[in-house]
Amino acid sequence: MDITVTVNGEPHRRTVEPRLLLVHLLRDDLGLTGTHWGCDTSNCGTCVVWLDDLPVKSCTVLAVMADGKQVRTVEDLGHGAELDPVQQGFVACHGIQCGFCTPGMLMTARWLLDHDPDPSEDVIREAISGQLCRCTGYENIVRSIRWAAVHPDGEPS
Amino acid sequence: MQVPAQFEYERATSVEHALALLAKYGPESRVIAGGHSLIPMMKLRLARPEALVDVNELTELSGIEVSGGELRIGALVRHAELLASAEAGALFPILADAERVIADPIVRNRGTIGGSLCQADPSEDLSAAFTAVRANAVIRGEEGTRTVPVREFFTGPYSTVVGPAELLVELRLPIREGSGSAYAKVGRRAGDWAVAAAGAELALEGADVAEAGIGLTAVGAPRFVAAEAEDFLRGGAASAERFEKAGFIAAGHCAPAADQRGPVDYKRHLVATLTTRALHRAAERAGG
Ligand SMILES: Cc1cc2nc3c(=O)[nH]c(=O)nc-3n(C[C@H](O)[C@H](O)[C@H](O)COP(=O)(O)OP(=O)(O)OC[C@H]3O[C@@H](n4cnc5c(N)ncnc54)[C@H](O)[C@@H]3O)c2cc1C
Ligand code: FES
Ligand code: FES
Repeated sequence: MDITVTVNGEPHRRTVEPRLLLVHLLRDDLGLTGTHWGCDTSNCGTCVVWLDDLPVKSCTVLAVMADGKQVRTVEDLGHGAELDPVQQGFVACHGIQCGFCTPGMLMTARWLLDHDPDPSEDVIREAISGQLCRCTGYENIVRSIRWAAVHPDGEPS
Repeated sequence: MQVPAQFEYERATSVEHALALLAKYGPESRVIAGGHSLIPMMKLRLARPEALVDVNELTELSGIEVSGGELRIGALVRHAELLASAEAGALFPILADAERVIADPIVRNRGTIGGSLCQADPSEDLSAAFTAVRANAVIRGEEGTRTVPVREFFTGPYSTVVGPAELLVELRLPIREGSGSAYAKVGRRAGDWAVAAAGAELALEGADVAEAGIGLTAVGAPRFVAAEAEDFLRGGAASAERFEKAGFIAAGHCAPAADQRGPVDYKRHLVATLTTRALHRAAERAGG
């Protein structure tokens, strides 16, 4: 099937099999390996990207379902040396150890802060409850997202 | 890497178009809505449809509105939308109670009400909630539209009365004066399927129960209904003692299976406790 998917503002035309999953289109075909792929069962959330402005688990979306739609991946968060405040928060508060869960966490955190600029810790925990981290124990991830809430413009670099 | 087997994909542009596509591809075709049940099943080859008809563009199937004394919820409404609907939450707090504990916020962005019901998983939460409030399901085929009470919607695990060339289009929940509703669930961890859950709706007349609806999930209650407990409550006092008794009756008449979520006795204990808890909360909300 011929599809056009706009990823991070750039349209990509591809001929794909209907069974191709969005996560594989992004990683294998477009080379956007920032989106990780972990459990394959919609549980770990490491594959979260935005589809038409909503975070979704891209291992459970067919690439053909994204035809004509906008996708935003973690590659669109920072620009060069300039990091998004949520990225800065993860650095400042040690929200990253191995980094495997981080792209999904960042995409959910950015969405949360866009809609609720001052979320409580409980709200943050609920927002990331569909995402698993095997390293940090979540405390630092929650702190990282709070950091970004307190520093909406990040830190001057 | 889990990848589904090959299939044809078509995106429907209207309900008529979707029905025509389903008729064209025949019984081996399937509707795909959020895909959050179907795609995992296809990866595991538990489902192997030859064609998928994508209904995600059908705006006719979206929307939550009050009309004709009913709350109408389109089949394509996402879990997150239903949870966010102040109107739905005020009229039927059971829906917000249930949605808050269905999967996780990201899955709720994609999964739909219609997909959840049509999936007919024996542990599905909304089945119990819609059963409790005696919702009706509106189903469309090429021949026309029919309305089926949710209590007659499920024909067994993973099977419903929706035919291969039909679409579930809407749920309609009758709005009753003086009623309240609530949902109580126990899961093993955040976002997990229920070990057991109970939904209740009570319509009060003074201090008495005029009508009771109780839905159970994950515990083998036939068609998700706790009918004997409803019969017991109807016409009697809305009292703590009777709510507790209703919980025991519900626990006695369901048929939980022992599995990794727990043994039978534990699940019966949960049914009794959760039913009683949901009834209390429903009564409070009904103003009793
Ligand atoms: C990680 C995870 C956790 C979950 N936890 C829970 C939970 O705790 N509680 C719970 O209740 N659910 C849970 N779910 C299930 C989830 O809520 C539903 O699977 C999902 O929302 C189903 O909706 P869908 O739109 O994705 O359906 P799809 O996967 O698109 O479809 C499911 C079935 O319904 C059919 N179908 C869909 N729409 C229609 C229609 N309009 N007419 C006719 N047939 C139709 C499809 O052909 C298919 O057979 C969980 C899912 C995941 C992935
Ligand atoms: S890889 Fe998609 S949720 Fe785990
Ligand atoms: S940092 Fe390693 S999985 Fe989260």
